Amino acid sequence: MTLLKVKDFSLSINDEIILHNINMEIKAGKVLAIVGESGSGKSMMSSAIINLLPQGAKLKGKILLNNDNLLDKSEREMCLHRMNDLGMIFQEPMTALNPLETIGTQIMEAIKLTNPKIRYKDLLKKAELILERVEMDKNRFPLNTYPHKLSGGQRQRVVIAIALSQNPKLLIADEPTTALDVTTQAKIMKLLMKLVKDYGIGIILVSHDLAVVADLADHIVIMRKGKVVEQGDTKTFFKSMKHSYSKQLFDAAKHKLYEKNITVGSEVLLEVLNLTKEYNLANKKPLKAVNNVSFTLNRGENLGLVGESGCGKSTLARCILGLEKFSKGKIHIAGRPFYGQKELRRCINVVFQDPFGSFNPRHTVERLVAEPFYVLKKPLTTFEKRVKVLRMLKLVGLGDGDLKKYPHEFSGGQRQRIAIARALITEPDIILLDESTSALDVIIRTQILDLLRDLTKKLGISYLFISHDLTTVKNITNRVLVMKDGVIVEEGLTAEIYKNPKHHYTKSLIEASPDITRAIKSKEENNNENTL
Amino acid sequence: MISFLLKKITSLIITLLVSTGVIFILIEVVPGDPVAFMMGLSGSTDAADALRLELGLNVGPWDRYFDWVSGMVNGNFGISYTYRVPVVELIRERALVSVPLTIYALLLSTVIAIPAGLISATRRGSLVDTSFMGFAQLGVAIPNFWFAILLVLFFSTTLKLFSASGFPGWDAGFFICLKALTLPAISLALPQAAILSRVMRSSVLDVMNEDYIRTARAKGLSKKQALFRHGLRNAMIPVLTILGLQFSFLLAGGIIIESVFSLPGLGRLVFQSIIQRDLIVVKSIVTLLVFSVVTITFIVDLLYAAVDPRLREGNS
Repeated sequence: MTLLKVKDFSLSINDEIILHNINMEIKAGKVLAIVGESGSGKSMMSSAIINLLPQGAKLKGKILLNNDNLLDKSEREMCLHRMNDLGMIFQEPMTALNPLETIGTQIMEAIKLTNPKIRYKDLLKKAELILERVEMDKNRFPLNTYPHKLSGGQRQRVVIAIALSQNPKLLIADEPTTALDVTTQAKIMKLLMKLVKDYGIGIILVSHDLAVVADLADHIVIMRKGKVVEQGDTKTFFKSMKHSYSKQLFDAAKHKLYEKNITVGSEVLLEVLNLTKEYNLANKKPLKAVNNVSFTLNRGENLGLVGESGCGKSTLARCILGLEKFSKGKIHIAGRPFYGQKELRRCINVVFQDPFGSFNPRHTVERLVAEPFYVLKKPLTTFEKRVKVLRMLKLVGLGDGDLKKYPHEFSGGQRQRIAIARALITEPDIILLDESTSALDVIIRTQILDLLRDLTKKLGISYLFISHDLTTVKNITNRVLVMKDGVIVEEGLTAEIYKNPKHHYTKSLIEASPDITRAIKSKEENNNENTL
Repeated sequence: MISFLLKKITSLIITLLVSTGVIFILIEVVPGDPVAFMMGLSGSTDAADALRLELGLNVGPWDRYFDWVSGMVNGNFGISYTYRVPVVELIRERALVSVPLTIYALLLSTVIAIPAGLISATRRGSLVDTSFMGFAQLGVAIPNFWFAILLVLFFSTTLKLFSASGFPGWDAGFFICLKALTLPAISLALPQAAILSRVMRSSVLDVMNEDYIRTARAKGLSKKQALFRHGLRNAMIPVLTILGLQFSFLLAGGIIIESVFSLPGLGRLVFQSIIQRDLIVVKSIVTLLVFSVVTITFIVDLLYAAVDPRLREGNS
């Protein structure tokens, strides 16, 4: 039975066309995936269904919920539909809950909206039941818990609980796991699929990553620049896809294994020995964010550091960069203690995660990229600087015309290129990549990864790549460290660890990381079972 | 929660102690000898010494400081050099005008500003919004003493609804006094309301773009319901900060308006005392003002904690 049908739907906001002639259809108890890069209009499409659009939106065509056109509804009627038929989950769980109200209040409010006559006792019971349904233990997370006590994954569960509490017929999940760790992502996805199975809810799953949705979706819609470029049943989609953009997305999702023919030198560039970083907590014993960690990075080596958020990998990175004092241990760069040594600063540089937040918006690209020159003993002339900046911009794929532009004139991927240029400008021996591609779309991500690999090889730079995603790390490192709760639990050659993980935590990380080849295979197996 | 309170109270006491020290030193270095001022040009040295003894000015600065602080703790602020009455009496009488005036003005400004800001924000870009914000601009721009004079000209001289100046004293009856304070309160409230409404407006606009409002809307709440149930309390946090600052500012900053309306308030008392080198009064009032500012900040902090569960844990 068709639950929702989008027919010849177009959307413009302040006369700018956002969506053009969209057609799609979702059946009850099925999963429809909308995949596309940022700016493809996929989020607007999902907001349009629930009619929570910015001001100045003009809609054309039809969105039929059980053959009832939602676009004809008044705002009051739409509120009723949101209460009773439509639920939504958003990308950013950290801010999706009101920080001043308990999770219980927020869930109960939703229940009460759909069921105004419910008695308080039943209301409490139902709220507890729903938290249980999203696998939140009621002893650890009672109803009077405030959102700030919860992690991102837990908050996302509460948001799902809010949506579920209204027994929706259709759940729209807009990048529900993009802001989460791979392991949490896998759990949340599993939960959503259970809902489809147990309650027959239809789900629209919006994502930029084909690998995340491939084994879950029944139907895949590929969107680009406000248009549907291709869609089809998942069973046959990957075999029959024709559009070049679909293939591009597919290739981006399918990671190539790292080429092993790199030569690792014997010279130790970075040595971390028994490093411990403690944080003093009020009324509690100190927290060891990094606990007795030792490793080395040799010349030419590409080292990965993987772990979920909160495992201490970012603290470790900050210690290595000298941005934070550590409690115990040693960090040597080129055989010398690093902390506070300005002349060693040239040897190591960093590319951070957020390409939007890591630039001063009032500086030109030239000034931004030239900034690290201040660590040089002999100051360069303006001309020398410019020549170097231009050469570096060319290396990262930007042009001469970009020199005088400001950060806001670039896309996320381009900004990350600028960040890489800035990191490489002093010709460092090591660069530290702290989740440098996590905020990027898959296609852009592979481009940036390719760029990093080529550049570091060409310039002979070693790097430490920090990420929560094993798939990304696998593609770009030859050796990997796995970190959990401040301790390194496993280390070894990337290919080997990936093939034959020893620690159970590493295993769970590998299983959780989205892999399109595996996804398609499991989908096919499922189909075979069904047909047998 | 308890550690939060303890921390706040400790910092309150330390702030007060430090500020008494700073006030004392500042007053010490201010040129002008109160005794010489009181004696006039013809006073003899003996008489001046006797007066010094009487006022407790014959001992060293350390002793004077401790006498002063311990006196204040016991409610004894000393005796005014010029008026020859206990400072406590003097301040009490003036505070009975200034404190009600401040509260009155603040209430007025809140009652005007919060709805105005809210309406402006919910109808952003509409005629109502533009005109409210236009008025707010005007309210910040025009000098409040000039506005006070306009009020007097219109309501007192032309309409004869209010008396132009003076304060009858609380013995004359509550409503008579309230009436006497109305025009001054309006003139004080105008610029404050203008600022507050702008803060309220931008705060509500910020909150309306928050993700949790979208979550609330997805539950089926209308825009208004989402704003009232989830937005308002979040939007009040910056408004509280401004309100706290305004209270402190109005308490002593009402001097111009007090002068326009000839009100016997704290601001005028400080001013007169400074001119007459009645340093003990100056010291006491300034200390009291610091005390009230610190206390208000403390109360605002408590209100924050009441609003925001994240602040109750005492770690931030």
